[in-house]
Amino acid sequence: MDAIKMQGIVKCFGPVRANDGIDFTVEQQEIHCLLGENGTGKSTLMNILFGLYHPDEGEIFIHEKKAEISNPNDAYALGIGMVHQHFMLVNQLTVLENIIIGKEQGGLFLDPKKCEEKVSELINRFGFQIDLHEKVVNLSVGMRQRVEILKTLYRGADIIILDEPTAVLTPQEVEELFKILRQLKKDGKTIVFITHKLNETMSLSDRITVIRKGKVVFRCKTADTNEKELATQMVGRSVETVVAKRGNTSGKAVLELKAVRLQDKAQETVSLTVHAGEILGIAGVDGNGQQELEAMIVGNQKVKEGSILIYGTPVEKMSVKERKKLGLGYIPSDRHKNAMVSSFSIAENFLLGYQDNPEYCKRGFIRFDALRKDAKEQVERFETRLAGLDQEIGQLSGGNQQKVIFGRETSHDPGFMLVAQPVRGLDIGAIEKVHKTLLELKEQGKAILLISAELSEVMNLSDRIAVLYEGEVSAQFANGEYTKEEIGLFMTGKRAGGAKG
Amino acid sequence: MKNKKMIQELGKSLAAIGIALLIGALFILLSGESPAEAYGALLKGALGSPKSIANTISKSIPLAFTGLAVALGSRCGMLNIGAEGQLHAGAMAATLTALQFSFLPGPLLMMVSILAGILAGMIVGSIPGFFRAKLNTSEVIVAIMLNYICTLFTSWLVNGPVKAQGSTAQTHVIPDSVWFGRLMPQTQLTGSLFLLRIVAAALYVFLWKTSVGYQLRAVGANASAAGTAGIKVSLFLVLSMVLSGGLAALAGITEVFGKYHRFIEGFSPSFGFTGIAVAILGRNHPAGVLLTALLFGMMDMGALRMSRVTNVSTNMVTVVQSLVILLVAAPELIQWHNKRKRG
Repeated sequence: MDAIKMQGIVKCFGPVRANDGIDFTVEQQEIHCLLGENGTGKSTLMNILFGLYHPDEGEIFIHEKKAEISNPNDAYALGIGMVHQHFMLVNQLTVLENIIIGKEQGGLFLDPKKCEEKVSELINRFGFQIDLHEKVVNLSVGMRQRVEILKTLYRGADIIILDEPTAVLTPQEVEELFKILRQLKKDGKTIVFITHKLNETMSLSDRITVIRKGKVVFRCKTADTNEKELATQMVGRSVETVVAKRGNTSGKAVLELKAVRLQDKAQETVSLTVHAGEILGIAGVDGNGQQELEAMIVGNQKVKEGSILIYGTPVEKMSVKERKKLGLGYIPSDRHKNAMVSSFSIAENFLLGYQDNPEYCKRGFIRFDALRKDAKEQVERFETRLAGLDQEIGQLSGGNQQKVIFGRETSHDPGFMLVAQPVRGLDIGAIEKVHKTLLELKEQGKAILLISAELSEVMNLSDRIAVLYEGEVSAQFANGEYTKEEIGLFMTGKRAGGAKG
Repeated sequence: MKNKKMIQELGKSLAAIGIALLIGALFILLSGESPAEAYGALLKGALGSPKSIANTISKSIPLAFTGLAVALGSRCGMLNIGAEGQLHAGAMAATLTALQFSFLPGPLLMMVSILAGILAGMIVGSIPGFFRAKLNTSEVIVAIMLNYICTLFTSWLVNGPVKAQGSTAQTHVIPDSVWFGRLMPQTQLTGSLFLLRIVAAALYVFLWKTSVGYQLRAVGANASAAGTAGIKVSLFLVLSMVLSGGLAALAGITEVFGKYHRFIEGFSPSFGFTGIAVAILGRNHPAGVLLTALLFGMMDMGALRMSRVTNVSTNMVTVVQSLVILLVAAPELIQWHNKRKRG
């Protein structure tokens, strides 16, 4: 029996057909992955199912009965619940209060006992481990997500939609979430899981629907497909995983960190060297000193102890501008905060960081002709999709924004590139481009420091790897010397035997 | 893309004005008058004859200057609520300079006095900027306090040390060699208009064509990215307030040199505060500010005739203006506040 059947769904936003005649079927008691890159209409489709949007055309059947869903209350009445990407919880209320809010037990007066009984029963049945009387503000992200799932269960949902639920979770939390979802399925629930991550799709789902540009391009049983095929369907062409050949690591030292203390609580200081023509990957779980490392090298945070040298020149007293002049190119981890001005045009963003450069600035006036010429060259080089150089950069997709930033930061021939979380939030096609670019830069002899929370990215691209744990380097070695599992242990604090690499 | 957005913004501003006029009409109706008649009189009063048009423009000039001042500050993320104080300081400094150095030849005296006025506005403007940059104190609070200091201090001056003979709190008349020439006899439209045009055009070029203007806007739009790009954020917080103060001073200077030829206590019906509305309604763009100021000038000028012809009080115009401000400014200010909180 079909739990959900959506037929010929069309939804337009202005001239954009976000959903262009989508047929989508989910069977009872299955985990169904709705796969697609960012901005292909996955969330739109599910928001229609949940009654947040109204389709322009098309019909919806729930349990093989035609359904009119004009708001979330209708959806809940039909047994449909949704967990959004951004949680909708009241921080200062307890878990229990958050779950029952809007659907309290008891008449005019709240009956806390009865509410708690009902929620406890759910918790026991599905093996959630959560304290009902803790305030939400004190919970981890993974726990908050459980509260959201409990909310849908409490409202009697037997079809649960999750919109990119793993985007905010650590690998361990992802595993726990999957456990819960499998348990829910066993108990008869139907689950729709929106994602753009292939490995999650493969390990979790029973069936898959792939959406590209508002249309369904592929449907299959998970058992009958593989990651490569899914990637091809998702992007519309075959995609390769970019893997570096190990380069030589004997070039000239370009960036040197000498006994730098990253975090006050760290026992040891950090010393690193990045040579010309190599990529040094920094692995580690987020929050173990990566942000400090990034900010100290670029000059957004003071170096309290130790020294940072670029081409042998100590830079810790220098302004950001002076460091850039020495040949520092920078791809920040927080693109929106540090690398671009959303409300400025692409051309204007291309000037950012080079506003005093005589190439672009003559007697105080901006030389728009030179600026536009260079910007045009770079956006073409990176195959950036845009309406024109006067378009606001904020309107571009994350991948295209990142391409503009790469174009800008590499166009002035920096000797050293500080690259932090370069593919965060990007889709597969853009990731491939970014990775290829990094390898090209390395081939050109640039020294690259790659900070990334994605271990596979670090392992695919780096010549050498250093692992950060609690503000210290727990291991430093030539890539290939340790397996993924061993590096995983370094990430949780195990030390490598002796200094290597 | 850019044009489309501009048109959208313009549409929002026009919608706000339309709604404000409708609500105003309701009030006029409630008071037993005909809105059509009242608004007709308003329009005729503002644009009915060449003279009334000239006076409308003249009324818009100080609002345009304070509007430009606030717009410049906003482009750098600073809310210059202190234009009122700055224009008082500017007007007083220019007047005193003109009186003190009256022996200088006309053109030179005019230049020196205007520059003295601008400098005074800049100094007053720099204070909230400096505190914001160094101590992260809200520029709004400091500027509001400075408004009191400036208006009360200039009041004390015209009631005491520099008071001219007579019952009115005002200075002596400045030498007529520095009066701005009238563009049309029997109207108040003077050479201030040229000064305004030049300043507005220069401001546009500065903000969108020069490197310094670019940096100023970058700081306003994303201070963190600007800092990472090597722009000295705190420097620009001060600079924007200094320039904004100078522009605001021009509102006071042109009133003195064009209209009153002396500093009179209370000459500004809070041009500084209305300037905030003008800037927001004009989307912090020089052209938008000029247009909005003109609209406000029309209302001020037309109100006089409206109250003569009908029984609707001139205060009705203040109601309509306030409604426009409420409709446009409130959402903008909330956005601005949220942005800063996040930023």
